[in-house]
Amino acid sequence: MTYYDIVIVGGGPAGLAAAISARKSGIESILILERDTELGGILNQCIHNGFGLHTFKEELTGPEYAYRYIEQVLDEKIEYKLETMVMDITEDRIVTAMNKQEGMVMYQAGAVILAMGCRERPRGALNIPGFRPAGIYSAGTAQRLVNMEGYMPGREVVILGSGDIGLIMARRMTLEGAKVKVVAELMPYSGGLKRNIVQCLDDFGIPLKLSHTVVNIEGKERVEAVTIAKVENGKPVPGTEIRYTCDTLLLSVGLIPENELSKSAGVELSPITSGPVVNESLETNVPGIFACGNVLHVHDLVDYVSEEAERAGASAASFVRGDIKESSGKVIDLVATEGARYTVPTTVDVDRMPDLLTVRFRVADVFKESYVSVYYDDERIMHNKKRIMAPGEMEQIILQKKKLAEYPDLKTITIRIEKD
Amino acid sequence: MYDVIIIGAGVTGAAVARELSRYDIKVCVLEKGEDVCVGTSKANSAIVHAGFDAAEGSLMAKMNVRGNELMTDLCRDLDIPFKRNGSMVVCIHEEEKEGLQVLYERGIKNGVKELYILNREECLEKEPNLSDKVVAALYAPTGGIICPFMLNIAMAENACENGVEFKFDTEVTGLSRKGEGWVVSTKKGDFDTKYVVNAAGLYSDVFHNMVSEKKIHITPRRGDYCLLDKEVGDLVSCTIFPQPTKLGKGVLVSPTIHGNLIVGPTAVDIEDKEGTNTTAAGIDDLIAKANDHVKNLPMRKVITSFAGLRAHEDAHEFVLGEPEDAPGFIDCAGIESPGLTSCPAIGEYVGGLLKEKMSLKEKENFKKTRKGILDPTSLSVEERNELIKKDPSYGKIICRCESVSEGEILDAIRRPLGARSLDGVKRRTRAGMGRCQAGFCSPRVMEILNRELGIPYEELTKSGGNSKLIVGRTKEVEA
Repeated sequence: MTYYDIVIVGGGPAGLAAAISARKSGIESILILERDTELGGILNQCIHNGFGLHTFKEELTGPEYAYRYIEQVLDEKIEYKLETMVMDITEDRIVTAMNKQEGMVMYQAGAVILAMGCRERPRGALNIPGFRPAGIYSAGTAQRLVNMEGYMPGREVVILGSGDIGLIMARRMTLEGAKVKVVAELMPYSGGLKRNIVQCLDDFGIPLKLSHTVVNIEGKERVEAVTIAKVENGKPVPGTEIRYTCDTLLLSVGLIPENELSKSAGVELSPITSGPVVNESLETNVPGIFACGNVLHVHDLVDYVSEEAERAGASAASFVRGDIKESSGKVIDLVATEGARYTVPTTVDVDRMPDLLTVRFRVADVFKESYVSVYYDDERIMHNKKRIMAPGEMEQIILQKKKLAEYPDLKTITIRIEKD
Repeated sequence: MYDVIIIGAGVTGAAVARELSRYDIKVCVLEKGEDVCVGTSKANSAIVHAGFDAAEGSLMAKMNVRGNELMTDLCRDLDIPFKRNGSMVVCIHEEEKEGLQVLYERGIKNGVKELYILNREECLEKEPNLSDKVVAALYAPTGGIICPFMLNIAMAENACENGVEFKFDTEVTGLSRKGEGWVVSTKKGDFDTKYVVNAAGLYSDVFHNMVSEKKIHITPRRGDYCLLDKEVGDLVSCTIFPQPTKLGKGVLVSPTIHGNLIVGPTAVDIEDKEGTNTTAAGIDDLIAKANDHVKNLPMRKVITSFAGLRAHEDAHEFVLGEPEDAPGFIDCAGIESPGLTSCPAIGEYVGGLLKEKMSLKEKENFKKTRKGILDPTSLSVEERNELIKKDPSYGKIICRCESVSEGEILDAIRRPLGARSLDGVKRRTRAGMGRCQAGFCSPRVMEILNRELGIPYEELTKSGGNSKLIVGRTKEVEA
């Protein structure tokens, strides 16, 4: 069995940044396993701009953003294998992968970094009634067909779900000459970034119908019409149906971290994020297995993926070198409640955390003129007003090691969203 | 001139075709769809019933019990999976317990080999996720689960290898007499034949009524289903039925042969023979009903829902054999549940009938076995690597959810009656059948279909006909 200090599963933005960071931390033996024909992951099909504002202070397209990292991987001569599917990961970090040239190969890894990304929720998960004709695609599949393969999935489009890919595809299809008739969103708010609603819908006059869902799909062979209706208390309201003739229904109804392999390794998953439960080092419950990017929790911006992945890479490097800081074993729980849905990470070991630790979370609803409050046990130590917070955008707080050291008996840090 | 034309390439037509391929005659199957298994056969509970439901002495009862008996050997010969996971009819009201006794006695009279009445404790010991209200159950260990696609496809492939012709996209539009035989008119021309076998499923009344004055009438009885993620496929190990009603066997909860959990069907009589749309009311109804007899149903784990249509004849009985006033026309009509279980027996029955009528001799070179698409996950690592060395396409995963390699997809396309559409590939290999429901693999399967069959992208379909997947190239300017 071949040994690598670090095996990284996935060569998208998370895997690439983790690899570079691990190399910069002095690890020579690194292997990236990527199932697609090139590095870069889903960014390769995201040909729109808007990537990299935080990281590079400029607006890049997805492929450009990816290439900034691919270039470094090439410069650093980090080893990678393409068209290689990881089939299994064990608790003791044996990674089984398969490709055409080598067949099934097992690698023993000093540390494993999970960077598999996420997948789209399909129609079935929503039980959308109606026929099952051709012309129903998840937005990401349509994006691949249009941007990578050069084919149009349809000419008259209804989109269900206002996740970012759905919004981006509304614009993309419009630019390719298709007519996007409506975007329907089940929730009373969009699941995507505000800037995407403005730039992809408003600028093109595409209506966004909040609190609406698809109640019927017509067409036995190819989609012929889609009916949407208003939703109240989770149920369609009779009499509010609007029927759109169209040949295509695109779905952008949520992303699910892709953790089948994590499960096979015994990694504990959060029921809220569907991603691994991790500590301040982004290490899972299985020692030596780390996670970052959309496999950990679905991100809004790739910049944050890169930043998180760098931490995972550095942590994995420490683990391999065996120079993890001594710990007194004191671990503080991070709890999200009352408007905050989850935190990543969920625990902090004060001895092992960096001087500043970014904790990311999402809110459960739209909050206007509200406060992000942080409690150290029962004491409120932070109370920051925000003009608006929405589920489509990630929020963050930064924990200071110095400050935490002043609370030797602290057990729980709680994040709440408060009206005043 | 054909000896026999079979209308329909569902499980019944395929089973009859395979039986007839034992003999030295010219047989042709005409199918209006683009593939085998595209009607009722593709959307049902995928259950091999034990045989205690159907009325004593009925053809349904006979065919069910015989079909169940034949299934083990047939699946071995055709290299497809089949598991006798056992069926349980669960009673949740003390006062309805005698209904189980009725089923038990009927089953014994029908010839079902093993049947037991279990008390509450025995039920819960076997199936801890049964409803807390369970009071007793009828248990039939001979009940089983099967993949209807694989069974249908395997029987058709085997028939094809033994010389039966299949014509797809060939809808039959008329039947007329010519001497002792028939002229079968289709959208692709007329065909002469001595005998016609009517295995047209929902349309079997249409063809029967063309030739016989003794009219029959098929009602499409729609059933909605939900299919759940493999993660929860072991919620129950047996197939769990409620007590039957006059509309059918009720909403069952069962593992599938591939490890998913299936819940359904509802039963709604409709007019449209192509009305396979699901409804919100139907899905709500089936969830409510399933929760009656099974607890902890994780409906959040649904990966797809679909509807199938049963070909329900007014008399609720299989219509098999020659109508008195239409010699040379053999009905297999009204084949609703337990039709999937019964198909090998119906094949045997019709085969026997025609053998006698036509004094057929078995041919020497009939090959009763067929090799399925290789499942590389059944191999050891060494064997798999050997395979990939010989054929590297087995080293490339196309469907990540179901772990289907390019090699399997190529096999599905290249074999007799091979796949030509996305659904054709899906039903043969399971690519696209998993939790992401083809989001990941469809562009990749499209690419393989394009490369392998030379079908232009614009002509690729989900399931034949006008189910085109894309409408053109980007940057195309309309003239």
